[in-house]
Amino acid sequence: MAGGIWVLVAHEDGAVRRLTYELLGKARELAGQGRVTAVLVGGEVGVDAEGLGAYGADEVLVLSAPALAAYTAEAYTAALLPLLAQERPEVLLIGSTAQGRDLAPRLAVRAGAAIVTDCQTLAREDGALVATRPMYTRKAIGTVRLLPGRLHIAVVLPAVFPVPPRQERRAEVRRVPVPPEAGSRARVREVRALERETVPLTEADIIVSGGRGLRGPEHFALLEELARALGGAVGSSRPPVDSGWVPHDYEIGQTGKTVAPQVYLAVGISGAPQHLAGMSGSKHIIAINKDPQAPIFQVADLGVVGDLFEIVPRLTAAVRRRKQAGP
Amino acid sequence: MEFDLSEEHRLLQATVREFAAREIEPQAAALDREHRYPAEIIQQAARLGLMAMMVPEPYGGAGMDALAYVIAQEELARASAGVQVIISVNNSLVCDPILAFGTEEQKRRYLPRLADGRSLGCYCLTEPEAGSDAMALTTRAERRGGEWVLNGRKLFVTNGLEADICIVYARTEPVPGARGISAFIVEKAFPGISVGKVERKLGIRCSSTAEILLDDCRVPEENLLGERGQGGRIALATLDGGRTGIAAQAVGIARAALEACVAYARERRQFGRPIGEFQAIQWALADMATRIDAARLLTYRAAWLRDRGQPYTREASTAKLVAAETATWATARAVRLFGGYGYIEDYPVERYFRDAQITEIYEGTSEIQRLVISRQVLGSK
Amino acid sequence: MEIVVCIKQVPDTEAPIRIRPDGSGIDETGVNLVMNYYDEHATEAALQLRERFGGTVTLVSVGPERAREALRQGLAMGADEAVLVSDPRLSAADHLQVARVLAAVIAPRRPDLVICGKLSTDDNAAIVGPALAALLDLPQATAVSRLEVAEDATHALVHRELEGAVEVLELPLPALLTVERNLNEPRYPSLPGIMKAKRKEIPVLTLEAAGVDPETLGAPGAVLERLAPPPARPPGQRVDGQDPDAAVEAIVRYLAETAKVL
Repeated sequence: MAGGIWVLVAHEDGAVRRLTYELLGKARELAGQGRVTAVLVGGEVGVDAEGLGAYGADEVLVLSAPALAAYTAEAYTAALLPLLAQERPEVLLIGSTAQGRDLAPRLAVRAGAAIVTDCQTLAREDGALVATRPMYTRKAIGTVRLLPGRLHIAVVLPAVFPVPPRQERRAEVRRVPVPPEAGSRARVREVRALERETVPLTEADIIVSGGRGLRGPEHFALLEELARALGGAVGSSRPPVDSGWVPHDYEIGQTGKTVAPQVYLAVGISGAPQHLAGMSGSKHIIAINKDPQAPIFQVADLGVVGDLFEIVPRLTAAVRRRKQAGP
Repeated sequence: MEFDLSEEHRLLQATVREFAAREIEPQAAALDREHRYPAEIIQQAARLGLMAMMVPEPYGGAGMDALAYVIAQEELARASAGVQVIISVNNSLVCDPILAFGTEEQKRRYLPRLADGRSLGCYCLTEPEAGSDAMALTTRAERRGGEWVLNGRKLFVTNGLEADICIVYARTEPVPGARGISAFIVEKAFPGISVGKVERKLGIRCSSTAEILLDDCRVPEENLLGERGQGGRIALATLDGGRTGIAAQAVGIARAALEACVAYARERRQFGRPIGEFQAIQWALADMATRIDAARLLTYRAAWLRDRGQPYTREASTAKLVAAETATWATARAVRLFGGYGYIEDYPVERYFRDAQITEIYEGTSEIQRLVISRQVLGSK
Repeated sequence: MEIVVCIKQVPDTEAPIRIRPDGSGIDETGVNLVMNYYDEHATEAALQLRERFGGTVTLVSVGPERAREALRQGLAMGADEAVLVSDPRLSAADHLQVARVLAAVIAPRRPDLVICGKLSTDDNAAIVGPALAALLDLPQATAVSRLEVAEDATHALVHRELEGAVEVLELPLPALLTVERNLNEPRYPSLPGIMKAKRKEIPVLTLEAAGVDPETLGAPGAVLERLAPPPARPPGQRVDGQDPDAAVEAIVRYLAETAKVL
């Protein structure tokens, strides 16, 4: 069946990532009356394939083989290629995860597709896919058009499309044969979970982030407390990482991660452009800094000029009280 | 005449700028506050090839030209004038005279060490009674048993504390003035040389400024630099290069002040607007930028002449005079532009102001520069 | 070991950019152009491998003539050779086409490793690396944060950062890697290095000289139609934190009523 909008299911340890539901919602919108297909690739895929229907998939194609148990670019590409050639969807949405970014361009070359990455918006116009995406370290927004006549692959950023409401519908599940030669020269030796008590930064709804204003590694504990109370993750700007106060994976900014949470609490962060590049996509920015001239106040939706050492502990206590009091 | 920098000069400028921003800038305020010698930074600078920029590659140097040198000095000084002066003394006042006047043996023995960071050089000319009138120096060097024996006291020696190789000027001939002076390469390891008082200064605090004491200091005869009685000429020739380096330093300091002012003018709000929207501030910034531009071009010209092997005494003095006066004026203006914050240690402009003052004093005061220039203007030219 | 590093020249990320009024791109006047900093890390990785295994490090770039300067910087860092493909017919090329041109130049060299930066900071696309791996039919690893090449240089063990986890991947050589910034600390070009690089020739190739038949290049599949500034954030509220309790109250209220997370 030619045409249709496909979504590659992003899953981990048997759980479907929220990003997949965001993409399904968008796929539904792009498809209009057409079909939305979710593609599930993996080993023994124990994911709720039918549940994907509740979020918008009309059908789920399952490619399951031992060679696909651990993600590798070569094996996934080899598995998907014949399916794409046969079914000829119009659009394939892939979530912008480390693996999604690893796979999509390779797949695009092999499938003769056109590709656009980091999509923040997507629309269809006369058989062309039009996307907007951040460019120049978020200093500009580019509009990219994929020309009609070939498969369109769009790699979509997390948290830009809403999760659609769950509906009472089920998707048809169909197992698709995996070509026996689908293998990979690269071999995954292991996947080590990083020991973080809190949610990974790129998935967190709330981030409490610290900068040089914290004065030392020991004070990051204040932010950990606040993050725990809020149910969020802890990040940092570059100076604490450079000073060895926190490990590199805390870093948000040009040389670290780019995040776009619902709430970003910048504590003791001056707001250098390099840091803003990593968090300016946040929905709500709250800044606490004792320097009224700090550039962070220019992007903050709520700017508090004050002593973080006085404010943060009190804030943590207030949040806890509020949560205990009930919704 | 082209005003664009060549690709290699642009790459050099970008490299030193990056080095200064990442390795020097973050420490500049602390180095100044603690009067601390930047040992690690100097080693990194040596690895990059900054300690002997104009020394040819066979002697371990980078083999670059004078224009590259002034470009690098400006970038270094913009981050820290103190770090920059340590480097420029090593280049202009120590490597240069050895290169220009040294024997093959002396070049081979000293230049590689000065280039790779194993050694640091200093320049001992000034004395308590011989400042602007340097040629009136009284440190003596006498021949005794196949050696030279030096006696005297040198003052205000940059790098005096950390340096192990000293260019020392002493009187060897019974003739007053420049013609009686000879230059020597004196290693701190030689007997009879020691460091006296180390001064606490207004600025360039991370570089040491020390007294060097020579008490029957025995120097092997092969360490005479150049010929007997040539010392005055060596000192003056060396100063031309040195002054060009100081001009570049002054441009760097002034530029640091300007950049700080520009950032501040954009962010600081008074009376409901960024102060950069007020004409008085705009004009101050325009004046700073204009004068810095002029100082830089004069500095480039002096370097350009040197690279062509042409005499450049007047042009070096001109550049040094204009750049130093620009630095002292611009940094003072910067402190006032910052208002109360300009007076506070948390902001860098007070350090720029303090650092700038020395540029009008050392390697020839502004008055001396005017003397040099007027002689050329009135004299043969 | 034969290593090829792909380089791109991009605007300096520290500087603000000016978007042309017609939205066709950025105004390049006065813009400081530098080597994409991810490519500095890629070059450093290559140089370290050469120090260990011997061989050559070749830099390849596709871009306008001025991209020579970025290659010059890589030579000054210590790379052995550099080559630039510059052709007006590539001015509207999309990433996949650029990857095809790179593949044409790189394939005949039969490198043991091709190293790219994870992305380039002008368009942040992160497309060329894996696309090039497909075109060269090489196993790939993207966003590499740690690299160990075996003593006998037959394979490499890499770490890749995933969301909340680290993947340890083993690949046989030849392979293609794209590197993360925390892989290494790139060296500064030394001054003697700059002088050596000055004396090196950087050939500039047309499409044909690069081994690409312009006919087969086809039309770009992706076109950048417009560039616009990001939407302005409305000005925020300011709270005086002198009284920490009042400040906390304001924050809690914001979190509950506006951000709706409490």
